[in-house]
Amino acid sequence: MKIKLKIWRQKNAKAKGRFADYELANISSEMGFLEMIDALNTKLIGEKKEPVSFDHDCREGICGSCGLYINGRPHGPDARTTTCELRMRSFKDGETVVIEPWRAKSFPVIKDLVVDRTALDHIIAAGGYISVDTGAAQEANNIAVCKNASDKAFDAASCIGCGACVASCKNSSAMLFVSAKVYQLAMLPQGKIEARERVQKMTAEMDRQGFGSCSNTYACEAECPKGISVTTIARMNAEFLTAKIIAQKVG
Amino acid sequence: MTKLDAKIPAGPLAEKWRNHKNSLRLVNPANRKKLDIIVVGTGLAGAGAASALGELGYNVKVFCYQDTPRRAHSVAAQGGINAAKNYMNDGDSIYRLFYDMIKGGDYRAREANVYRAAEVGNDVIDHFTALGVPFARDYGGMLTNRSFGGVQVSRTFYARGQTGQQCLLGTYSSLSRQIGKKSVTMMSRREMLDLVIVDGKARGIIARNLVTGELERHSAHAVVLATGGYGTVYYLSTLAVNSNGSAAWIGYKNGAFFGNPSFIQIHPTSIPVLNDFQSKLTLMSESLRNDGRVWVPNEKGEKRHPNEIPEDERDYYLERRYPAFGNLVPRDVASRAAKERCDAGYGVGESGLSVYLDFKDAIKKQGEKVIEEKYGNLFEMYEKIGGTSPYKEPMRIYPAGHYTMGGLWVDYNLMTTIPGLFAIGEANFSDHGANRLGASSLMQCSGDGYFILPYTISDYLSDQIKVPSIKTELPEFEKAEKEVQDRINKLLSINGSQTPASFHKRLGKIMWDYCGMVRNEEGLKKGLQLIDELEEEFRRDVMVAGTADEFNQELEKAGRVADFFGVSRLMCIDALGRKESCGAHFREESQTETGEAKRDDDNYTYVAAWEYKGPGQAPQLHKEELNFEFVELKVRSYK
Ligand SMILES: Cc1cc2nc3c(=O)[nH]c(=O)nc-3n(C[C@H](O)[C@H](O)[C@H](O)COP(=O)(O)OP(=O)(O)OC[C@H]3O[C@@H](n4cnc5c(N)ncnc54)[C@H](O)[C@@H]3O)c2cc1C
Ligand code: SF4
Ligand code: FES
Repeated sequence: MKIKLKIWRQKNAKAKGRFADYELANISSEMGFLEMIDALNTKLIGEKKEPVSFDHDCREGICGSCGLYINGRPHGPDARTTTCELRMRSFKDGETVVIEPWRAKSFPVIKDLVVDRTALDHIIAAGGYISVDTGAAQEANNIAVCKNASDKAFDAASCIGCGACVASCKNSSAMLFVSAKVYQLAMLPQGKIEARERVQKMTAEMDRQGFGSCSNTYACEAECPKGISVTTIARMNAEFLTAKIIAQKVG
Repeated sequence: MTKLDAKIPAGPLAEKWRNHKNSLRLVNPANRKKLDIIVVGTGLAGAGAASALGELGYNVKVFCYQDTPRRAHSVAAQGGINAAKNYMNDGDSIYRLFYDMIKGGDYRAREANVYRAAEVGNDVIDHFTALGVPFARDYGGMLTNRSFGGVQVSRTFYARGQTGQQCLLGTYSSLSRQIGKKSVTMMSRREMLDLVIVDGKARGIIARNLVTGELERHSAHAVVLATGGYGTVYYLSTLAVNSNGSAAWIGYKNGAFFGNPSFIQIHPTSIPVLNDFQSKLTLMSESLRNDGRVWVPNEKGEKRHPNEIPEDERDYYLERRYPAFGNLVPRDVASRAAKERCDAGYGVGESGLSVYLDFKDAIKKQGEKVIEEKYGNLFEMYEKIGGTSPYKEPMRIYPAGHYTMGGLWVDYNLMTTIPGLFAIGEANFSDHGANRLGASSLMQCSGDGYFILPYTISDYLSDQIKVPSIKTELPEFEKAEKEVQDRINKLLSINGSQTPASFHKRLGKIMWDYCGMVRNEEGLKKGLQLIDELEEEFRRDVMVAGTADEFNQELEKAGRVADFFGVSRLMCIDALGRKESCGAHFREESQTETGEAKRDDDNYTYVAAWEYKGPGQAPQLHKEELNFEFVELKVRSYK
């Protein structure tokens, strides 16, 4: 198949970006989306032009590196699919495909389609953990965890930290990312002890990193490649409220 | 000739580590913050080590080339992590896990190290559980296990088909906590490009800031390499595409011996090569062989749809050849058996290079829901790539490069032959002999990082407390940085016509053909010659787009491919030298009448540790003889 591409090109963080047009013929519908960009890059290099930079690593939907804004949607048209899992069969012959980086104040562009997502790391470092030192753990089966709670924790824990939720949100909120972690740890007895403190620290850091606030449009849930549910946000809000009330009382 | 000293402590197997720990020297808490440690790598091994060292109060800097530590390749591990907890009451014990690993590794690993890995495995599970890793549980709320290839007990803890992700995110959370406390400094998007040795000791690294292109000097009292494996030497492999062999190669070129470089595991169940532009192969976890049955048609060139082929026209060749272990034979055995069937013309799919993995019977017996709970995400992944649903028809699978048992040689303290340079996780050679058993890498990586290295590195550092922080103005840093700069400039100046990736692909094909699942003398010699020719072409005609002082992924790739030529050559030399078959290393010249691997214990019960002798020079072989004090060497049989 033939594909027309409109790709965001930006030399570095300071430079002004612009769209550039390319055309590729002989694209197989079985090609992965990133393999299609590989093919474009080979062609560009052959023409002594600069290849397009983009983040990727595992190429099987688990590391969260890849993340392209394709035809106005993070990770492209397919539901629950990361960019690297996307195949060209999801596009029509002759279609124009527009590719942009994640756009959010907290994710500055590094080059072309590569953005800086360390803001998400800072949120985790602020409290997205259970405080246990190496060697301090008790025998694993001393902690019984209801299977249902454990399964729910798991669902939330499968967030890959890609940032699509932020990119999909008109407020650039990181709420789904944060609530997924808060929810996972709050579901488990090991994580309950710090639950309230955790939610406050993580939310404060989210604000400090410049992410917007959540206005419950739930675009994030629709675009999350791992199907993280917005019920985690509800749970986090509840956790946050209790934490606040308690803080006031103790005051 | 240097004599290798593995520093294995004396005494009974089960007491070695405990006694050794008691004899290791300690560093006083007040002195720890004066000691700098560099950890390169943020997989289970590196992130675990950095967290534990940060908790102890050392001044730690940790590096990775991804944008965040949470994306290290460990994240992709699927099936599980072993520990001999014996929660299943099926007769498991630390000794049995140790024994399975020694046997699975075809008696080419060091007893003491393997026993210790099995021993600390239990601590790893406790720690992960405390960190909130959601391992699978039964309805009573207790942890549950499944079995993996090469063993007859169930000891594998798992988190659906995403065990690596969950373990890594747990480890990343503990690392993040230390980063938040400022005891660990995270240096992401940095690539180590050289090691700095001062007065014979590892004292720092030269790293390239991948965003700005700037070369940076970082110094420390000790350096830890936790840089993973080099299975991407085949280009197509189950590893993340950016995984590479450069860190190990850099260690080797600076004087660290390279142990068993040719021992590389080819995993039997990967989604086969579907087309020419493919950039990676996706693994289908070994855990699938718990319930999936492997088969090919009885007839060569069979064209019917697999669902239309009746039972009596199917050859369940693993069950036929290995009745005791059936579909759960170890990986090397399963891979070669698949290759044998395909080479004989029974393979399926367009290329004839794949076999079926069938869940029909399991679904009939256990119901679709149970199967979905166990493997749902893997089935989904398969359908996305392969285009068919494993609930409805068998998967097609074929072996793919997966894991490197070989790596930097280390002693019992996980220190390489360079004082102050440690290697942990997949980057070292030590615990899996000639073949790794499933689910034991996550165990070893986490054990090395969290529970072993913190003790042994403290012992090394205990006599360094008077050494002030190393100055990066030293001539050794100056020289190393200049060499890196020259290397980069040279690559950029070639200005040829072929991309680094195209060379990688061709090199991968050479390695797959001549130093892959089966090897022979003639092929290996041919391979060596082809590698030389390809490298010559690379030095003349590679095209590296862009410049040095910017974000430049082509330059990153070119540097890694350049190092892969050296790694590949060393693998072939090692494979040539080992004329026996053992584990994943199958020399055609050394097989039984029924085509099983034939070991030669009289001549090859050693670790081959290779010393770098300079560019263009043949490496020097050092042998670490393996003494089996506790286990009797037997013919490995799964029949
Ligand atoms: C698809 C797949 C599935 C697997 N499933 C299982 C399983 O179920 N159970 C099991 O036990 N094992 C499994 N394995 C094996 C296991 O995942 C790996 O052996 C293990 O995760 C390696 O961990 P590591 O910490 O040693 O290195 P990695 O996780 O590979 O991390 C390497 C780190 O080093 C960094 N690095 C490397 N070079 C440099 C450099 N030059 N400069 C800076 N940083 C550098 C990288 O950025 C990264 O952070 C699987 C492997 C694959 C490929
Ligand atoms: S919540 Fe979903 S979209 Fe957001 S970072 Fe996690 S996986 Fe990506
Ligand atoms: S490259 Fe890893 S999720 Fe896409």
